[in-house]
Amino acid sequence: MIRVVNLHKSFHGQKVLNGVNLEFATGKITTIVGTSGCGKTVLLKHLNALLLPDEGEVRVDGVDITKLGQKELYQIRGRFGVLFQGAALLDSMTVFDNVAFPLREKTHTTEGAIKKKVVARLEGVGLEGMGHKYPAELSGGMKKRAGLARALIMDPEIVLFDEPTTGLDPVLATGIHQLIATTQETFGFTGVLVSHTIPQVFDISDYVAMLAGGVIQEITQPEAFRTSQNPIVQQFIQGKTEGPIQVL
Amino acid sequence: MISLLASVGRFTLDQISGIGRMVLFLLSGIFLAFRPPAKIRLIIYHIKTIGVDSLSVVVLSGFFTGMVMGFQGYYSLRQFNAESWLGSATALGLLRELGPVLSAFMVTGRTGSAMAAELGTMRATEQIDALYSMAINPIKYLVSPRLVASLIAMPLLTAIFDAVGIYGSYLVGVGLLGVSSGSYISGMENAVVFHDVYSGFIKSLSFGLIITWICCYKGFHAPPMATGVSQATTEAVVLSFVLILVWDYFLTSIML
Repeated sequence: MIRVVNLHKSFHGQKVLNGVNLEFATGKITTIVGTSGCGKTVLLKHLNALLLPDEGEVRVDGVDITKLGQKELYQIRGRFGVLFQGAALLDSMTVFDNVAFPLREKTHTTEGAIKKKVVARLEGVGLEGMGHKYPAELSGGMKKRAGLARALIMDPEIVLFDEPTTGLDPVLATGIHQLIATTQETFGFTGVLVSHTIPQVFDISDYVAMLAGGVIQEITQPEAFRTSQNPIVQQFIQGKTEGPIQVL
Repeated sequence: MISLLASVGRFTLDQISGIGRMVLFLLSGIFLAFRPPAKIRLIIYHIKTIGVDSLSVVVLSGFFTGMVMGFQGYYSLRQFNAESWLGSATALGLLRELGPVLSAFMVTGRTGSAMAAELGTMRATEQIDALYSMAINPIKYLVSPRLVASLIAMPLLTAIFDAVGIYGSYLVGVGLLGVSSGSYISGMENAVVFHDVYSGFIKSLSFGLIITWICCYKGFHAPPMATGVSQATTEAVVLSFVLILVWDYFLTSIML
């Protein structure tokens, strides 16, 4: 279980997170939605301590990871998989080597076993036969899928998805959403997804949390989220420029 | 007046903490280089990028530097009827000063800038964050192998620069200007002692460390945008050049 308690974060005097409190249900997908620049990615990067808060706690199974030393932190990070917005594949390596990279670096798995596992993961994301290509040779959707294969290669308990469908066409975006849902069903990880692709993202989410003004405005199941009486939620869902969310 | 003092104080504190961060970065890189597992394949790869890939530019610049030294040395020494000292003057100049400094400049321009740009791009495209999130220490993976590789490659490049430079000077002095081959070689043999070679070796080692340290640090901490990468690359090259010259002064004053 991941629990965020009273999280505050500022950059150059600008408050981005202003007391976020949030719990992520184990084995479920929770989607954080909000306007561009509202701090969704900043919040996500706190969950595996890529960013450290100015104030507040991030508890993973009761352990506040913001206070851990480097060795303990790396152990906790080993339980996470992350799919970055631009996939963040290492561009000096082929797709196969990218996916195999955590296994080679963090385990003593034999090359034969690595090959078997990587091929299986690449097949799982629809990239069979593409292992020899370099990231620069892949389309945006293929990069995301390769990034997903890498995020899942260590069988993580928790997977963080940072805007996995940004920049993709609606068909491909739906494909990536379905892929996230099927892999979550297969592996049973706790998923935390940052997105503003609504309403499509509701279909794969167990819970939806709305971040605005540096705090969580609402967290509920997708259907209840759609019918929420919260004016901020409704303005966001309906895409209106007038309302409590200041657009310009 | 108080706000001016506060600004000066803030600036000073920023500079001191910046230097502190740079030193800690270097110490982490050195410390992690000794922690297993050793990244032998990466070290070999970076010896190639720092050493082999810089070879052509080092050979070319060494050759022409030597030829210029041949001309300048000959016309200066001729005023004192000391043309036969050309070999010793060239060899001492190259081994002690020009070889280490100029080959370090070449490596900074050729490889250091590429290092800063590569790491800066990795920062901008979240590849460094990806390493952290995979529980892999990016300093051990990206910086330590480069530090080790530069310590191996830099003295070798300097030795090649020295040898090619001496040959260039020989061609001009002996082949073009008529200095006797025997006096050129024997002058060199008599004048050069092991300390000259040793001091050049120490300089090239420390310059290799400076280049990799500064260029990796600047790239690693580049602002995550296109202008950030270009700015980091420029700063890395300029700061490396300046530090090489400053450090060269101190080393020379100690080792003379």
